[in-house]
Amino acid sequence: MVREDWALAVVVVTLLTIATVVGQIVKRQPHLGLNAAAIDTFNRRVRAWWVICALLAIAFVSPTLTVALFGAMSFWALREFITLTPTRLGDHRALFWVFFFFTPLQYVLVAYNNYGLYSILIPVYAFLFIPARIAMAGDFKRFLERVAKIQSGLLICVYCLSFAPALLYLDRSPVDSASNARLLFFFVAMALLAEAFQFGWSQLYGRHVIAPSINAARTWEGLVGGSASAALAGMALYWATPYNEVWQAAFMSMVIAVMGFAGAMTMSAIKRDRGVRDYGTLVEGHGGVLDRIDSICFAAPVFYHITRELLQ
Amino acid sequence: MKNSRDPNGSLDMSSARLRRPVGVAARRESLQLRKGLRTVDNQTTDDGQRTTDIGPMLTELLLTTCARVLSGASVRWIDCQPDTCQRVYFANHTSHLDMLLIWSSLPNEVRELTRPVAAKDYWDRGPIRRYMAKTFNALLVDRKEIKVHQSPVDLMLREIGSTHSLILFPEGGRSTGETVGEFKSGLYYLSKKRPDLELVPVHIDNMNRVLPRGEFLPVPLLSCITFGPPMWLEAGETKNDFLVRAREAVQRLKEVD
Repeated sequence: MVREDWALAVVVVTLLTIATVVGQIVKRQPHLGLNAAAIDTFNRRVRAWWVICALLAIAFVSPTLTVALFGAMSFWALREFITLTPTRLGDHRALFWVFFFFTPLQYVLVAYNNYGLYSILIPVYAFLFIPARIAMAGDFKRFLERVAKIQSGLLICVYCLSFAPALLYLDRSPVDSASNARLLFFFVAMALLAEAFQFGWSQLYGRHVIAPSINAARTWEGLVGGSASAALAGMALYWATPYNEVWQAAFMSMVIAVMGFAGAMTMSAIKRDRGVRDYGTLVEGHGGVLDRIDSICFAAPVFYHITRELLQ
Repeated sequence: MKNSRDPNGSLDMSSARLRRPVGVAARRESLQLRKGLRTVDNQTTDDGQRTTDIGPMLTELLLTTCARVLSGASVRWIDCQPDTCQRVYFANHTSHLDMLLIWSSLPNEVRELTRPVAAKDYWDRGPIRRYMAKTFNALLVDRKEIKVHQSPVDLMLREIGSTHSLILFPEGGRSTGETVGEFKSGLYYLSKKRPDLELVPVHIDNMNRVLPRGEFLPVPLLSCITFGPPMWLEAGETKNDFLVRAREAVQRLKEVD
């Protein structure tokens, strides 16, 4: 490992330790009058971050294993998504293909770095296949709605998320796999940090809720303040990224923050529509994978493509 | 994976037990008897039957793991705890995997003593099904020819003796899963002849989407198994009332959040 890897590891462990300590101290200070539920949520989130960061460390060792790991995450997230979505008997065969053919194939193509095929496999081929297969099953009731549900599940949980491990195979003139692993680390860390910043800003200065009926915790102050803080954090982490300019790291951090916000809002809307608070509550004890990765899902393809342009 | 939730279960249970002192005594007795039996069992296996037991044990491990992974089942115990006392678990039936799923969601020591009741015409066909039925220790019942002198209820009672529990699907076949179908009368006659058996309602949610009727390939959605508070046949309760009550007990578990 090179010096930057160690430095990044130290920074991440320090940040996580600080977050854990702060969370535990705040929990033991009931006289502060803070929202106990919000603190619990924060502490749960910090625990999830520890797990995510530990798993991401694998990326430095084996890219293939990382791809497999993200594949498993996609699979689980898609399970949660489709479980919550009412499907009909006629969708069964199409769903089978979605789970056991398109999802694994997408990740296999990512592992073989076949960009030309994995970037269109789901939005073109799967999207044409699903309605055709459902039509063949012979049930036309609310046809378009059912097709759209399965398509969006596949797009968000599988296609979008697969661009995160695809960062490991980003082609650059001097091929440098450790630097690609740091880029993936940077991406996930910024997505988590941006979420924390937005949460903090909303709690402290939040006045104008964006859409109260969808998510009462997301405010304009949180979005703007969170994105600005993320940009600053991105600049501070510039040394760990492969970008050529400081402003690029800051800009990419802001992109992650905004896209993460978009992802969280979209997922909130879906959850409200289905009348659940968390994907985790539906499957007790499984702790909702989709709740944790919604911001990463939306940010990953955008981050991938802009980075690709910037680094060329 | 296992999640037992019991907000006020102990209270409910104790009141239920107060209502039925006879049942409790009988259960204690059977528990002691069972403990005695089980030590004997262990000794015999220690004597050298291990080698023959490896196959079924591995099959059991494989099947339970597969069932859990495929169905992503979360298991909830509401106002009820896993126990080795003699019980009849009765559940709604929507998929071929139901039996396997309930059976694998029970803790090991309970599973050893629990026998699923299954249709002979299905599970006795072909060597693989027969082998699986043997692994489950399934009690095969002939649905086609029910004769007076070998009624399924008598067969079940004879087979469980004073140690085993049963898994029953009183709908008598698979339903679509939207609602719980009408119950057949077996459950009533069973508890009439053995009033000390605890009847535990079980609701299986979402399995009709994992492996619906008429499909052979499963889709790995997440399902949920809920074990509800035990019930008994009340004194003087008619067959119809009892079956309706039992069906509602299963149906009610669907709405519990």
